[in-house]
Amino acid sequence: MKRSSVEIITEWDIVAARQLGRNEAKKAGFGTVDQARITTAISELARNIYLYAGKGRIEIERVTDGGKDGIKVVASDEGPGIPDLRKVMEDGFSTSGGLGAGMPGVKRLMDEFKVISEPNNGTTITATKWLH
Amino acid sequence: MKTRIPILKLNDVLIVSIQWELDDQTAIQFQEDLLNKMHETAALGVVIDLTPIDFIDSFIAKVLGDVINMTGLMGAKVVITGIQPAVAITLIELGIRLNNVMTALDLENGLDKLNKELEA
Repeated sequence: MKRSSVEIITEWDIVAARQLGRNEAKKAGFGTVDQARITTAISELARNIYLYAGKGRIEIERVTDGGKDGIKVVASDEGPGIPDLRKVMEDGFSTSGGLGAGMPGVKRLMDEFKVISEPNNGTTITATKWLH
Repeated sequence: MKTRIPILKLNDVLIVSIQWELDDQTAIQFQEDLLNKMHETAALGVVIDLTPIDFIDSFIAKVLGDVINMTGLMGAKVVITGIQPAVAITLIELGIRLNNVMTALDLENGLDKLNKELEA
């Protein structure tokens, strides 16, 4: 399946990643609300990379599973990892002065959400949205 | 690459129409520009129209919320107008509540609401 990616190094790459996401979501046939959900989720994931890991990558891939089509977003970095996964999944928890909406928000916006993170060994977040 | 959002003055009210997707720098610059313009013009109210905006993430939401609170500190009232259905849905799902904010469906209704509020 087709895969595209954006390296996240500067703030501008956050904009590039979400534009790519919106275009892919549109091409995949998602409606405007799901396009907004996917774009927002990518923006949150890309900003987390920029803020907490310094650099990383957003990959966007069209996926199929038993006749279902969807979009899979993989956000990966080699940053410090997430020390307390339970805490970052709490609404309102932030170490950066933000709203603390990012991680739990992405989970709610997407259909599937998985985090793999190890201290000093980076973080990989996979989030998928299916066409209903 | 720095873009600035134009801020128009109409009597006692400042009108801002956000026409394109905001990047972080533009959003922060807008915050500063709007407060300076309010100070300069002694405006009593602000209408921020978001009609063309098709998504708002938590960063932009925070900047908007901050702008609204800062504007309040300076004694002016803000109305947000034109939030699209997709934006309203994603903001709430993201867990963001823009509490105590006046909103209206479009610019015209927003100006009406603001003028009524300013007369009261």
